[in-house]
Amino acid sequence: MSFNSSYIDEYSDIDSIINRRDPRIKIMVFFLFILSIVSTRPELFLVFGLYAILIFALILLSKIPLEFIIKRSLIVIPFVLMIAVFIPFIKKGEIAGGHSFGNIRLTVTYDGLMVFWNVMIKSYLSILCMITLMASTKLTDFLKALERLKFPKLIVMLISFTYRYIFVFQDEFQRMSRARKSRSAGKKRWLNFRTIANMVGVLFIRAYERGEAVYLAMCSRGFDGSIKTMHKLSLTKSDIYFFSIFIVILAFIRIIGTWTVYLL
Amino acid sequence: MDSLFAIKVENLNYHYPDGKEALRNINFEVREGDSIALMGPNGAGKTTLFLHLNGLLTGDSGNIIIFGNRIDGKKSISEIRRRIGIVFQNPDDQLFCPTVFDDVAFGPLNHSLPPQEIRKRVKESLDAVGLSDFEDRLSHHLSFGEKKRVSLATILSMRPDIVLLDEPSSNLDPRSRRKMIETIRNLKATKIIATHDLKMALELCERGIIMDEGRIVADGVLEDIFKDEALLYAHGLEIP
Repeated sequence: MSFNSSYIDEYSDIDSIINRRDPRIKIMVFFLFILSIVSTRPELFLVFGLYAILIFALILLSKIPLEFIIKRSLIVIPFVLMIAVFIPFIKKGEIAGGHSFGNIRLTVTYDGLMVFWNVMIKSYLSILCMITLMASTKLTDFLKALERLKFPKLIVMLISFTYRYIFVFQDEFQRMSRARKSRSAGKKRWLNFRTIANMVGVLFIRAYERGEAVYLAMCSRGFDGSIKTMHKLSLTKSDIYFFSIFIVILAFIRIIGTWTVYLL
Repeated sequence: MDSLFAIKVENLNYHYPDGKEALRNINFEVREGDSIALMGPNGAGKTTLFLHLNGLLTGDSGNIIIFGNRIDGKKSISEIRRRIGIVFQNPDDQLFCPTVFDDVAFGPLNHSLPPQEIRKRVKESLDAVGLSDFEDRLSHHLSFGEKKRVSLATILSMRPDIVLLDEPSSNLDPRSRRKMIETIRNLKATKIIATHDLKMALELCERGIIMDEGRIVADGVLEDIFKDEALLYAHGLEIP
């Protein structure tokens, strides 16, 4: 029995223009969107503004609570921040400002700030795209779509196993940790870390054993190493319209971008 | 005339890679349409025997003959695995796909059936276990009893001639257990049921085999076996 498991595709059941789209169309749309974002020159602030409006429009259309998407994005962004935050200090160029701590002087350059902005805005917009895509698509449909888009079957299968068993292991870990809690009365914290390390070890062994059991179950149903699948996706007219409109909007934003460069 | 038997096992021996003996000189025959209860304490070798019967393990010596075909090497293995299905004890091992449909369709897909036929079989199998319209459900959202029955459906979709069931009623609440028993009773196939649930064995099987420490220690009419109290106690079983 699972407690507090939150599902990656929690909002995939709501009915909206975005959720109803064929997952292949969604993957292509968001892929092109991200491609467009990362290939835009960092000084085109207006274009990034338009991208932001576009992604928020998509979120609005998907009827997924904005709060949910922002929360999700806050989980990812610290990792990017951790890497990007040092850039302004390291990059050489015209100095924007500085501060001395004893004999250590830290300086920030304009070029560095630009790179920092570049990394942050592009990654954040891309993260929003990914989250919207994943939240509005059933994971099973997403996997089927990857297959149809000629993604390597082995990788698709790996993702599907991960999705299937992550909850099983989560439950297993919760059971173990409940059993541990019920036996330990106010132990010191470092002792707890040791038992947790042990639990992780046990979990690895169980995962390995389960892998063998699953493989046997697969073989007994005729699995011979080649992955066979069935398709049930079908494109509708509104999928094509959605795709076309999106491409036009994206192209329009790009044109505005080159235009502003020309004017500057 | 070997082909008279659905399964014929001759002098089968097997030891685990670590040297422990798992099966010792196993001999038995199963006729088509039989329903057999395979009993014995934990670690008696029941599951190991099952794994041999569709070629997942191969013995050190001895023969296994399925409908007149000897299991050897890779040649006939795919056909044998289609004809003999194993329903494993833990449904989380058996259900490895995200959705119920994918899992039930897995066997037929591997045997390269046309899509139309696969859809038909998935529906038919889910109907047979009383879970119609479960196709799009996610496996990890099912209850334990539902998982057990979907596991059975994943085997039924291959239309096997022989079904091996490993502890089909373990960990089920009385109502789910009852449903499981009725589902098994309605199966047309030849059945071997490994179980500790002797009451269920009495309901479903005429013949019983008791295994202990890798040996067959009793093989006969189930009701006669259950009369032999000393035998049952000697092998960790109790009169139902």
